[in-house]
Amino acid sequence: MNKKNILAVPYVLWAILFTIVPLFIVLLYSFTKRDSFGGMIFSFTFDNYKMFFEPIYLNVLWRSLRLSLYSTIACFVIGYPMAYIISKSDIKKQSLMIMLFVLPLWTNFLLRTYAWMVVLREQGALNEILLFLGIIDEPLQMLYTNGAVIMGMVYNFLPFMVLPIYSVLSKIDKSLLEAAQDLGANSFSTFIKVIFPLSFPGVASGILMVFMPAISTFVISDLLGGGQTILLGNLIQNQFMMARNWQFGSAISMIMMVMIVISMGYLTKHSSKEGGTGLW
Amino acid sequence: MTPSIIELKNVSKIFNEKEALKSINLDIKEKEFVTLLGPSGCGKTTTLRIIGGFETASSGEVFFDGINISSIPPYKRQINTVFQKYALFPHLNIYENIAFGLKIKKVDKDTIDKKVKKMLSLVNLEGFEKRDINSLSGGQQQRIAIARALVNEPKVLLLDEPLGALDLKLRQDMQYELKTMQQELGITFVYVTHDQEEALTMSDRIVVMSDGKIQQIGTPEDIYNEPINRFVADFIGEINMVTATMIQDYKVMFNNKVFECVDKGFNSNEEVDVVIRPEDINIVPKEKGKITGWVTDVVFKGVHYEIIVVDKQNNKEWIIHTIHHTQAGIEVGLDFESEAIHVMRMGEVIGE
Repeated sequence: MNKKNILAVPYVLWAILFTIVPLFIVLLYSFTKRDSFGGMIFSFTFDNYKMFFEPIYLNVLWRSLRLSLYSTIACFVIGYPMAYIISKSDIKKQSLMIMLFVLPLWTNFLLRTYAWMVVLREQGALNEILLFLGIIDEPLQMLYTNGAVIMGMVYNFLPFMVLPIYSVLSKIDKSLLEAAQDLGANSFSTFIKVIFPLSFPGVASGILMVFMPAISTFVISDLLGGGQTILLGNLIQNQFMMARNWQFGSAISMIMMVMIVISMGYLTKHSSKEGGTGLW
Repeated sequence: MTPSIIELKNVSKIFNEKEALKSINLDIKEKEFVTLLGPSGCGKTTTLRIIGGFETASSGEVFFDGINISSIPPYKRQINTVFQKYALFPHLNIYENIAFGLKIKKVDKDTIDKKVKKMLSLVNLEGFEKRDINSLSGGQQQRIAIARALVNEPKVLLLDEPLGALDLKLRQDMQYELKTMQQELGITFVYVTHDQEEALTMSDRIVVMSDGKIQQIGTPEDIYNEPINRFVADFIGEINMVTATMIQDYKVMFNNKVFECVDKGFNSNEEVDVVIRPEDINIVPKEKGKITGWVTDVVFKGVHYEIIVVDKQNNKEWIIHTIHHTQAGIEVGLDFESEAIHVMRMGEVIGE
């Protein structure tokens, strides 16, 4: 073993202890039976996985996919132009603008989400303003809706879309843009034919970095969806904390993990050949 | 007279309050191979970028075929560029790279197909259509960059140090190929380089630049044989330079001796720079030499020997290029013809 490898030992130990071993425990749980007190009976079964395919749970999966897809699209639509504008401005302004995007991340995630409750609730800031301006006559039900959940996801995960796209955009060789212009492309076709395709690796990692936390979140849906909106994350949390059905919870976790790994593999395969660098 | 295709009139460029170009006037004729030559930071690339439209002149005007194009964006100019680091699109294959300009112009598919094939055969890369850019060597990427520019049939092709990254042998081959291509296609080439040999090999005319100014414009022979000032002489090839006094027409004095020369029109007793090329000096027995000195170094350079002779009178080193070997340490004479003496006004620049 050479010196460099020795330096990796702490990390490898950490990964084995806290990632790989727990993963196998979850895998193990997902294939075992539950006794009436929530304990584990060592006997191999597919029942936990079968249970997931009951309509009530498929519904949760469908809602999770839908909401995370909407918020990912929203993040992309808002985030791409943002990243583009930042990458086009001069260097001094760039770091300031990036800073503004990262700044909210320094506040606690829970606090930020609670803050949205204050903004969206019936006597909240947004309703008060709309009432004051006379745009609405009575308070709107905004909190505890799917919209509120998407709002929370977009708000919390937007930086993860902007940063990788910005990082790729700012690394595009300026001479490529000049070459496109030289060959007769105006700004619009330069964007369509050169900038956008070259930024695709960044878009791919942005999509992953928003979609993954969005599909697995339970805090945002809990606080802003108020129990109305049960997502995969909530389902897992409930199985572990309330229903004490660790076996089923583990099975859902495994299903989710497989979905994420597949989508990750698909996206990286299609972005890596473009030669750009994302955050993955 | 052949008409001008590109004209720069009093073009200046200021970057961050620094003058990169100082009132450049340049006239490029149709089908001409013009090289902008100079050390880095002399303004040659800026001049090229102004012609291409990637920079806007701070003042002055650019004409293309007699039309003022100063404010026309690059994508509307009938000019194409071969970029320094090729700037090939990494997300497109070779075919798509070459077809890029034609697709933008909405040329129909069959024509694109035909033209791309023709270009690939012009640059000797038939059958490379589907290949990835990154699978090519530097020389091949260079050819693709040239093909991508030429397929648009520009009237003027700009080349920004296109051979800079290639090794010597390949560079020399490409020099010939570029020159042949230029003559066959009848396109105006504006070529930027800091390599004087490259400039001498390929150009119809060379524009020597330094410090944001044009020092001299002329054919390779003119520039080499009749450099207008110390800078041009020094930049183009190796030289022996002495300060001298012009006694009268056809008489110049240096090394405390008066020599016959072929220059006239100077004030009497004007201080001048005198240049003698190393290959114009012959080594002769010391009694027959116009100057005598000691041989201090003899270096074999392949085609010739480079011999350093220190002259006895004022310790000046003379560089001589000759195919005849001489022993180091002996005393010799240096002989040169009166035509070999180039007399230059001090600090003279074209147009001043």
